[in-house]
Amino acid sequence: MKIAITNGRLVDPKHQIDARQDLYLADGRVAGVGQAPAGFQAEREIDARGLVVCPGLIDLSARPGKLETELKAAVAGGVTTLVCPPDLDPVLDEPELAERLVRQAADLGLARLLPLGALTQNLEGERLAEMAGLRQAGCIAFSQGKRPVLDTQALLRAFEYAATFGYAIWLQPQDYYLSRNGFAHDGEVGSRLGLTGIPVSAETVAIATYLTLAADTGVRLHLRRLSSAAGMAMVAKARAEGVAVTCDVGVHHLHLSEHDIGFFDTHARFDPPLRSLRDRDGLCAGVAAGTAALCSDHTPLDQDDKLVPFGEAKPGATGLELLLPLTLKWAAAAKLPLNAALAPVTSAPAAILGRDDLGHLGLGAQADICLFSAEEPWRVTPHNLRSAGKNTPFLGYEMAGRNKATLVAGQVVFDAL
Amino acid sequence: MHNPQLNSNGELIHLLSIEGLPRGILTHILDTAASFLGITDREVKKVPLLRGKSVFNLFFENSTRTRTTFEIAAKRLSADVLNLDITRSSTAKGETLLDTIDNLCSMHADMFVVRHASSGAPYLIADHLKRVGRDDIHVVNAGDGRHAHPTQGLLDMYTIRHFKKNFENLRVAIVGDILHSRVARSDIHALTTLGVPEVRAIGPQTLLPTDLGRMGVQVYHDMNEGLRDCDVVIMLRLQNERMNGALLPSAGEYFKHYGLTPAKLALAKPDAIVMHPGPMNRGVEIDSAVADGPQAVILDQVTFGIAVRMAVMSILAGN
Repeated sequence: MKIAITNGRLVDPKHQIDARQDLYLADGRVAGVGQAPAGFQAEREIDARGLVVCPGLIDLSARPGKLETELKAAVAGGVTTLVCPPDLDPVLDEPELAERLVRQAADLGLARLLPLGALTQNLEGERLAEMAGLRQAGCIAFSQGKRPVLDTQALLRAFEYAATFGYAIWLQPQDYYLSRNGFAHDGEVGSRLGLTGIPVSAETVAIATYLTLAADTGVRLHLRRLSSAAGMAMVAKARAEGVAVTCDVGVHHLHLSEHDIGFFDTHARFDPPLRSLRDRDGLCAGVAAGTAALCSDHTPLDQDDKLVPFGEAKPGATGLELLLPLTLKWAAAAKLPLNAALAPVTSAPAAILGRDDLGHLGLGAQADICLFSAEEPWRVTPHNLRSAGKNTPFLGYEMAGRNKATLVAGQVVFDAL
Repeated sequence: MHNPQLNSNGELIHLLSIEGLPRGILTHILDTAASFLGITDREVKKVPLLRGKSVFNLFFENSTRTRTTFEIAAKRLSADVLNLDITRSSTAKGETLLDTIDNLCSMHADMFVVRHASSGAPYLIADHLKRVGRDDIHVVNAGDGRHAHPTQGLLDMYTIRHFKKNFENLRVAIVGDILHSRVARSDIHALTTLGVPEVRAIGPQTLLPTDLGRMGVQVYHDMNEGLRDCDVVIMLRLQNERMNGALLPSAGEYFKHYGLTPAKLALAKPDAIVMHPGPMNRGVEIDSAVADGPQAVILDQVTFGIAVRMAVMSILAGN
């Protein structure tokens, strides 16, 4: 299928393009930018007048829930690639399980699903999972999801083993003991409301441990969902010193803080928790500086999971369909141009994944594309969200930026033009 | 942010926390309590203000004392009182908190007095009542997790006003386990709202919440320093489970540093009063010589507590 996307505003952060240019796709790849390749005969032309044409969004953390529903939500939100953690049901600790999930996603033909394999068997933090087998089954790196590795020696062994084969390890830095029983930032609001706190040190202690082991073993380390300014500063410093570490931040953490808990609003319960305004500013600066990529941390939940007292509520928010507008909202507040706005959800995550065929629109890149209206306002309502999860602190808010069409590998998988 | 305790006219419809309530409402409750205090001394201890109304005591966490004082207060207002000990019934069968509330709504309740182990549970209930169009039912927080115990805070204020006449020139110290104490949080909000110029929090770092200073108090780790020239000393109960070594090495060491003895009390003003929300651990946070001494007003607190709870319930029922 040969497709021409014409009259759009092409934004490609990796190549620093922001211009009115046409895009030509053939055989699922980008075949021409600005100029059609010789003899190109478009079978379909998409008129992108008034729309931004950019690489499909890459979401470094999304829980798939019911696969078809959530992958439909992904492409509706302009997300063409999503990484899912291994702490699903069942846990992704055997190659067959990962293979099945990858195949199910591929059969749906919607967004690309890249699973993280379990680092340890059943995520118990003791015995190593079959990493090579999991890798072959499609796991792109290894993780514990939300589960800890309590035994630091077991962690060192896991780092060593992964480094042996050149596999990356993705961990959420949160010390188990410093965070156990906690459910809110250990700070002003949590103290006032009597919510058991998770101190920033739960994050920084874990980062210090992981960075030390990463430096010793040479493993490629990715830190998932930072929540604190201090944590971000540690990662920036390590990167400046040449440590092969990357990180991401959940997009909600760029907008919200502990103060958004208000009167015990369970929609503001996140893991890691929303922290102080200073932390929020530190995270924003880290993303703007390119230290961190963004993810939706998509966690679709039932309504009942939030209709309980704050400490009993499940953490997380639906995110796949809010990643784009929340990224644009952050960039607008920070007065960033569109290239800089979209880098944390396109080129930056592609670099973390080590995929030079994703996250950009250069010649030969996968034709994963999203076409969105940068200005069109829309209201976040349960009806407007395709995800089964309607759980979001932004319910009722007006967002600017609405995805209109999504292509994955040159196929139109979402079309609201 | 909309305060769920107040209606659009700024009147109290639920009592969930002292935080966010204007001084006028607190003073009104204290004044109303004063008018009820006389009733307690009469031969017929009842007034008909809540006649025909049903007050449900929903105790998701055990507390015979608090429940009893609410029950007495409601009965003196002529209300029908139902005590539901929910720890042993519905939730054990897997019913959610809001399922329980829906059921009770159908039983024509007028007021829920709620105690719950989770901070914020009464807010969830008030929010739910609004959502289902039953915000004619008033919610009184009788203690939620570590968050708030507003009627205790109010009765403490009543006690202070009774003995000290006003709040404007006082130095008040709160001593002990503030981290786990809903009483301390309610007291701090009440004291700062009523204009007490100096509120001190005294305790070891393991028992003080992070950023406590942001609540408008001065933090002391040295009790001798903290008690100096205070007008009011509020001692907090130390739960047994805090003494197992994780937060404190032993009850003995705690008493040595933070137990209120006659010698330490001598550092406060000579006419300082000593308060305690009860039940006391004698020899842990307070010496018997102080607890039974002339400066202790602990039993007065209990008496005032009934009048304050009558005031709260009658004001809510009138709004």
